Parts: sequence; C-alpha cells; structure tokens
Amino acid sequence: MREQLYRSLYRIRRVEEEIARVYPTDKIKSPVHLSIGQEAVSVGVCAALQPRDVVYGTYRGHALYLARGGDLRAMIAELYGRATGCTKGKGGSMHLIAPKQRVMGTSAVVGTTIANAVGHAYAVRYRRQAAVVASFFGDGATEEGVFAESLNFAVLKRLPILFVCENNGYAIHTRQERRQGTPAICERARAHGLPAERLDGDDLLDLVGRARDVVPRVRAGEGPWFFEVMTYRWREHVGPGCDYDLGYRTEDEAAPHIANDPVRRLAETLDRAGRAVIEAAVEQEIADAFAFAEASPFPTAEELTSDVFKEEDHAATLR
Amino acid sequence: MPRLSVKPAGRRLPAAEPRRPAERTLSYVEAIREATDQEMGRDPAVILFGLDVDDPKAIQGTARGLAEKYGPERVFGTPLSEDAMTGAAVGMALAGLRPIHVHIRMDFLMLAMNQLVNVAAKTRSMYGGRAGVPLVVRAMIGKSWGQGAQHSQGLHSFFMHVPGLKVVAPATPYDAKGCLSAAVRDDDPVLYVEHRLLHFQKGPVPEERYAVGPGRARVTAAGADVTIVGISWMQVECLRAQRYLADVGIKAEVIDPIWLSPLDIDTVVASVEKTGRLLVVDTAWLCCGAAAEIVAQVAERLQGVRDLGLRRLGFAPTTCPTTPALEELFYPNARTIAAAARDLVEGAPTGWLPEERSDLQSIEFKGPF
Repeated sequence: MREQLYRSLYRIRRVEEEIARVYPTDKIKSPVHLSIGQEAVSVGVCAALQPRDVVYGTYRGHALYLARGGDLRAMIAELYGRATGCTKGKGGSMHLIAPKQRVMGTSAVVGTTIANAVGHAYAVRYRRQAAVVASFFGDGATEEGVFAESLNFAVLKRLPILFVCENNGYAIHTRQERRQGTPAICERARAHGLPAERLDGDDLLDLVGRARDVVPRVRAGEGPWFFEVMTYRWREHVGPGCDYDLGYRTEDEAAPHIANDPVRRLAETLDRAGRAVIEAAVEQEIADAFAFAEASPFPTAEELTSDVFKEEDHAATLR
Repeated sequence: MPRLSVKPAGRRLPAAEPRRPAERTLSYVEAIREATDQEMGRDPAVILFGLDVDDPKAIQGTARGLAEKYGPERVFGTPLSEDAMTGAAVGMALAGLRPIHVHIRMDFLMLAMNQLVNVAAKTRSMYGGRAGVPLVVRAMIGKSWGQGAQHSQGLHSFFMHVPGLKVVAPATPYDAKGCLSAAVRDDDPVLYVEHRLLHFQKGPVPEERYAVGPGRARVTAAGADVTIVGISWMQVECLRAQRYLADVGIKAEVIDPIWLSPLDIDTVVASVEKTGRLLVVDTAWLCCGAAAEIVAQVAERLQGVRDLGLRRLGFAPTTCPTTPALEELFYPNARTIAAAARDLVEGAPTGWLPEERSDLQSIEFKGPF
C-alpha cells in the first residue's frame, strides 16, 4: 500500500514541479494553481475510494485529477492547449475532467462544485448505486452561501457524500482569520447536523486511515460526513513560483509544513531500491507526457464553435 | 452569417402540427402537467423539484398529483436555496438524470445565476464535449394585481446572451406541452419561460406525446402589410392587435418565435422581406433584449435588400409599479401594439388608438398570487 501511495504522491509532486519548470517558457498558456504541499489531501482521501466513486474539485485540481487516476498525457496536453487535452484545449488547468475515472468537475468559481457534488450524490442514491461522492473545496468556499445550502440539503436527504475542506489557511493572499468570524469550520459544519473532524494534511497515513473508516459508513447510508484537512500551499496562489516576498506570509510559517513534507516522510519509510524503481517509472511517464503534449496538434478552427450544444448546427446559430 | 438548420429536438417524437384536429381542449397549466407526467412515465431519469412543488397548490396545478404518482424521491419541494439547488440540479444532470427545476417567479433565478451561467451553460464547451447538463429550468413571469418590482420581471434575454443555454417561451397550451417534452429530452440546459397569464389560456392539445423542438418559429396569422413578432404573453396581445388592425384594413403577419435561443430568424426575415415592416413586442425591457436581438438580426440580413421600418415595444424603462394606474401604462397591450403597427405602415405617427373591443379585452389575473 505504501508503495502505491508513494507513487501517487511523488507523481503529483514531480508533475507539478515539471509544470513550474516549463512555465517560464510560456508553452503552458493556462493559469496554474499548483497543489505542491497539498498533495496528501487528495491522495489520502482517494486511497479510500472505489472506481465507481465520484469526485468534484476546484481550480487547484491537478492533485485530485491525478490521484483519481486521470490520464497524465491528457492533462499536460490540456495545459499546452492541444487537441489531445482532456477537454480538447477548451478548459485548461482549472477545468480538468476525467469521466472514466469519475472526476466529474472542477470550477474556477469558489464553492461552485460543492452543490454539483451534492446533486450527483442525490442521483447516486436515487439510482440505488453504492457509490460515494467526495467533494473537495478550500477554506474560502466555506464562506460562500452555497456551502451552507449544500450541507443543509445533504443532511436533509442523508446523501452519500464526503465533504473534504482543504484548509490551507489562505484565500489568495488573505488569511482565514481575516475572513471568518468563526474560523472553526468543523463547528460550522456540525451545526448543519453532520459529523465533522479536523485532520492533519501532512500525515498521509492517518488521513488514509480515517478516510477508510468513514467512506464505508457513508456508503452504507449513514449520511454525509465532513473532513477539514489542515494543509499548506507552498507556492503562490497562481503561477509557478514562491511568493514570500509579498509579505503576507513568512518562510517561518511554511517551515514546519516543509519539514513535515509527506512526500519525503513516506519516501523514508520505503526501501531504497523499490523507491528508485517507482521514481524512475514516474520520471519516464512525465517525460513521455510532456513530449506527447509538445508533439500534439492545436485544435482546428472548427472547434471554436463545436461543443456549445450537443447538436452542432444549433451551436452555429449563436454568434 | 451561420444559417439555421431547422431540426426538431426530442428524438423519436413525431412533430405534430398545431392545426391538426385535436380531440381535446386543455389549459396551459394542464398541458404542462401532462407533458411532465408523460415524460416522467416514460423515463425514470426525469425528476421534478423546486420550492413548493409538492405543496397543496402544486405550482398552480402544473404538478398536481405527480408527487403522489411518482413518490417523494422524484417529486419534492426543496429548501429555500436556489443557488445550491440549481447546483444540485446540475450535478444530477451530470450524473445522468433529467431534472426539471421549477421557480414560481423568474426573479428568483437571480439567486441561481452562478450555476446557470458559469456551470450549466459552460459544461459542454468547457469540458470539450465530454459532459453535458440535460436540465430544464421552469421560470414564471408574473403580471398584474400588483405583482410589482420583484415578481414581474421577464429576464429571458439574460439567458439568451449566454452560449450553451437554450431559451423557450411557449405561448399556447399546444406549445407548452410540446416544448416541455422537447426541453426534457434535450441534452443541454433549457430555460422554459411561462407567463403567469398564459396559465389560464385554453387550446387544443393532443393526448399523445409530441415535441415542438428548438429553432422553429410559427406564423400565427398571415398578412402582407406588417410583421409583428410577439414573445410569450405578448403573442396573445399581438393576435388581438392583428384583429384591431384588420378593422382598419391593415393585414398584419404575426409570428411566434417560440424558441428564443436558438432563434429561428429565417422565418422572421422571410416575412419582413415581404412586408418591409417589423414590430417586435416583448414581455421584457427593450435595452439589450430579445426584441433588440430580433430587430438587429433582421436589419443585418435585409439592409440593402429592401427598405425597412423597424419598431420595438416592451416594458416601460422603469421598475414595475404595483398601483393599477401605473401598472397599466408599464405594459404594451393589444391597442398600443395595433397603434404602433399602424404608425409603421403609415410611415408616420397617426395618433390612432383603437376603441377597445369587448371581445378583445385582456384577462386580468385575480389576486393574491
């Protein structure tokens, strides 16, 4: 199990480091919101999910897409704006989707997919499918009205949904304490009538353990559950770099998270030879994915007005 | 300019014509109810919800008996959460259901704009065609008996503006049923606009299922002197205006666009090519509205082809007042429409306003709601 978790964690970290490395060349013309430092949240929760389970995420969605098994070539090609991208170059980094892996949506508007996930959970329950929906969002989303509305409906209908709040402490550059009268997000969740617990996003194995306890209960019909996972964004809100120079946070604040880096900690528990095999395979896959993106064509002009409606000729009537 | 290819939606459904003899007369409300019932009976993916859908009034009767027939999982009232419930409807649609989300006033959609504009409309394009949102949003426009500022707005043009949304505003019981069936079967989000006064209209409605699909307007009265396009409730007023005009020897051609997006502009253009005069009457404001769009498209197509007289009528450019003394002035009616059409035909203001005919009086909605 540790090898699998490490492969997933290391793969996400290295993919995003490679994106950051390539970014200054301007080959990636899409705003990237990197998950570096937050990978364990997606990897930990997804480790408890089954293939039939469904996830919804946010514009900071690379980690979730990859943790669910989203195709790496299609993701990098998407960032490059190529026709082979997971949305044919139309969605970009903020709108990754992988229907086969049940990654059903990511949004650039904070809080938006929480309600979509709740509706999906309603459909799952209506059809008596034994699937669980996991809804990933940030601490900022808990300030949106749709957060309260969605939790209320999920509890009202006892839906099979796990809410995962990735609390990285910031909405862009504004700290949580400056935005929330009651920063106790779990308490606010509990007020809607569902169990809520705070977890350490740097402790991958604990996260996996809790998710594996909770997901079967949600699947069994006990109703929704809420995780607040404390984590930290190492890079700037959007873009490839660090932003300690802006002065809204310090390197000292980041230091304990970097010292507790889940990628490195998990690596240290693996034997060296096995780890080297995993890392070599991941590096090969990344090199292949970037080469695939570079070699892929851009979409043709006809793609501009395709996909507006299912019937293409209706799309053409909207200028 | 891209040309419209007319193709009825609602696969596998016969496209019946309204003039064929129908054995029954139904109200607009009953037609909506029947379309919903038939679609729910045919496809278990269709579910119906919204504020008060399962309450004793059952949305003016449009949902009467459906909660009992299909159960609380398929027909349910929701919390007062338009934003999240619209988002949930999108999620249900992404999961393969075909939700019908009902709002007893279109004004309430302002609480749901993020999900409608940023998610429902965007999904198919943004995900490169790999996901779609087969969602129907029913929204009612109120009028009269002091509905006022926040219970009367016709905001359909907001939604026409956004690629990825379809907008339909049926004006007859026949179209109410056929358009709702087509909307439910459409694989993309459809805003279904129903005017509160239309609920009381009666007309022929076949019992069998049929679709009135996107992108096909209907000529509802033939004439050669002036083309009048009436949207939603204004279609009723325009047909009355056509009779006032006939009294003074003016033959008006009246068109019901039915679907506002995608819009069948070809039918309007063909008529204006003949008449040279176009009056568009909307149950909405004019600025950046459906009437502006129709007039602009006709002007683009016919400029240089022939001389044109163009005119729009709609809400007064102000907030809808509640007092009857001002509310009456806020809306176009059959007589003011006839007057505007005659001015177009004469090419100058005539000062004519027809005497009100008792057989062409507007029905008044009796309160309180």
